[in-house]
Amino acid sequence: MPIRLEKRREPSRSMLYATPAIAVGLTMLTGAVIFTAIGYNGFAAVWEIFVSPLIDPNRWQDLGVKAAPLIIIAVGLSFGFRANVWNIGAEGQYIMGALAGTGVALATWEMSGPWILPLMCVAGMLGGMAWAAVPALLRTRLGVNEILTTLMLTYVAVQVLYYLMNGPWKDPMGFNFPQTRLFNESQLLPTVIPQTLVHLGVPLAGVIAVAAWFVMTRTVFGFQIRTVGRAPAAARHAGFDANRTVWASLMIGGGLAGLAGVFEAAGPFGQMVPQFPVGYGFTAIIVAFLGRLHPLGIVLAGIVLAVTYIGGETAQTRLGLPDAAAGLFQAMTLFFLLATDVLVRYRIRFGADAKGAAA
Amino acid sequence: MTSVILVSMIMSIVGVSTPILLAALGELVAEKSGVLNLGVEGMMLIGAVSGFAVTYLTGSPWLGVIAAGACATLSALMFGYLTLSLTSNQVATGLALTIFGISLSSLVGESFVGLTVPSFGAVFPAGLSENPTLRLIFGHSPVVYFSLVMTWAVWHFLTNTRGGLILRAVGENDYSAHSIGYSVIAVRYAAVAFGGAMAGIAGSYYSMVLTPMWAEQLTAGRGWIALALVVFSVWRPVRLFFGAYLFGLVMTLELQSKAAGFNFAPPEFMAALPYLATVVVLALISMKKRRAMAAPACLGRPFKPAT
Repeated sequence: MPIRLEKRREPSRSMLYATPAIAVGLTMLTGAVIFTAIGYNGFAAVWEIFVSPLIDPNRWQDLGVKAAPLIIIAVGLSFGFRANVWNIGAEGQYIMGALAGTGVALATWEMSGPWILPLMCVAGMLGGMAWAAVPALLRTRLGVNEILTTLMLTYVAVQVLYYLMNGPWKDPMGFNFPQTRLFNESQLLPTVIPQTLVHLGVPLAGVIAVAAWFVMTRTVFGFQIRTVGRAPAAARHAGFDANRTVWASLMIGGGLAGLAGVFEAAGPFGQMVPQFPVGYGFTAIIVAFLGRLHPLGIVLAGIVLAVTYIGGETAQTRLGLPDAAAGLFQAMTLFFLLATDVLVRYRIRFGADAKGAAA
Repeated sequence: MTSVILVSMIMSIVGVSTPILLAALGELVAEKSGVLNLGVEGMMLIGAVSGFAVTYLTGSPWLGVIAAGACATLSALMFGYLTLSLTSNQVATGLALTIFGISLSSLVGESFVGLTVPSFGAVFPAGLSENPTLRLIFGHSPVVYFSLVMTWAVWHFLTNTRGGLILRAVGENDYSAHSIGYSVIAVRYAAVAFGGAMAGIAGSYYSMVLTPMWAEQLTAGRGWIALALVVFSVWRPVRLFFGAYLFGLVMTLELQSKAAGFNFAPPEFMAALPYLATVVVLALISMKKRRAMAAPACLGRPFKPAT
């Protein structure tokens, strides 16, 4: 029986919200089959990675801590992705933001006061924005595609990090380990729930998502972003400046990635180390799409991806699953999401189409 | 003595340039048909690990390189199914392919870490391939000769054949090509599959010829440089060839100067150099405005004719 795609007149809203769940479901199913095929207990693997962190209240604090940077970066990226600005170098902006914040921390290491942490956050946002400004400038002035430049600069950012850790910023009392001093009390993010790891960045991730939702849906700027992406010709007629949209989305993306970097450095790490980048900037791309580029969807998607990180770690210790397993599940989720996306715009029809039958 | 250094330098340039040339040639054909596949890095890694694994298990590098091409083609067809049949966003799907390739290859490669594989035998008789000077022409891996033949073949196909004309028509104006009876989707599937095969073979060059062993993410972003090279070449195979060798030259000079003890910059700066240089080169070629016109008109645009 032939299968054909029939275009919907309007994108289906119910499918728009259902497909991320379908994609996660398909990932779990396929993952179970694959890991059984290569000799693991597939069902247990899927259970460890997708379910066990959710039902264990002891792990919720880890979930929040992992989800926060993913949510903050993805919210920033969603503005660009909506406007067809493809910033795929959030990882680099995240590193540069963290480095800028670390710079402030090292400059103030003998000082204390409530002004230091906010200053670090501002520096972090500026650091991320500066790193995103290069692609923005090249795109708006010379028409250089931002996909390649943002990514190339990520590789450069990693080397800047290594350089600073091996030389200028190395802890003088650190037995020659390539890492900075520990941040002091006024440079660390305070925890919001006593006796846990949950730092101030976690609730702030939620606040940022809500603020982004407000901007996206209730302001002219948000309307502009959405129009430029969906109907570029209409946006031009409305007088929306395409270059300004490019700048705005790269600055928001870079700034929030930089802020996430500072939160991570001043939160879980408490110093800067060469092992700082772990790919959150790339995973955030998956989070942004899985959350349907909607700030509140991104919060849910961020939690889902955080579950796979935490679950991947436990699966490693409990089932001996390789540490690449979680990454594979994350990539599969994006694949299935993009595949099921077709259901939003098209209806699947079985059998020959009416016109064909008549002819 | 100097000639020995010169010969080894040229051999090293060839080694650096070949995989980038191969991957970029494949991407060039895909982009000429109107498909932007950002999954080059992922496909290269899939090729690298499958080529290594099959060579290790069978002892035959020839089977390895075929497997590398085949596995990467499969992953490219998966990308093709999503973007061409299901009209998903090409940028997002390409990124997904890269993330997928990175994690799949490190998953599969885990059991091959630290092992080595037999290398290709010499293509030419020992008298030619081991002579200190003739080595320059006759002493390369078969993959190198393959990359040269493919450069010519892609150039010839795109400029002189009917198939090449159809492929370019599909990339420049998909709806017109469709209306005069060409199957846009079929042409694009073929172009994407070719891109996958070339990326896979390029990846296997790292794990089977250059290093030769498996390490996680051993392509280190070279797939992205191949993508940039396609832009740099303004979608022309011959320029692409020179671009790849220019890149190889710069990288080799950097390595040689480091080996010779010139420490004019921190090592981290040297490691960042290829990526910085790529950004600068992309900016420089974009200064000539007309060049931007050379991108295939339908690049990255999904095609779905009304039925």
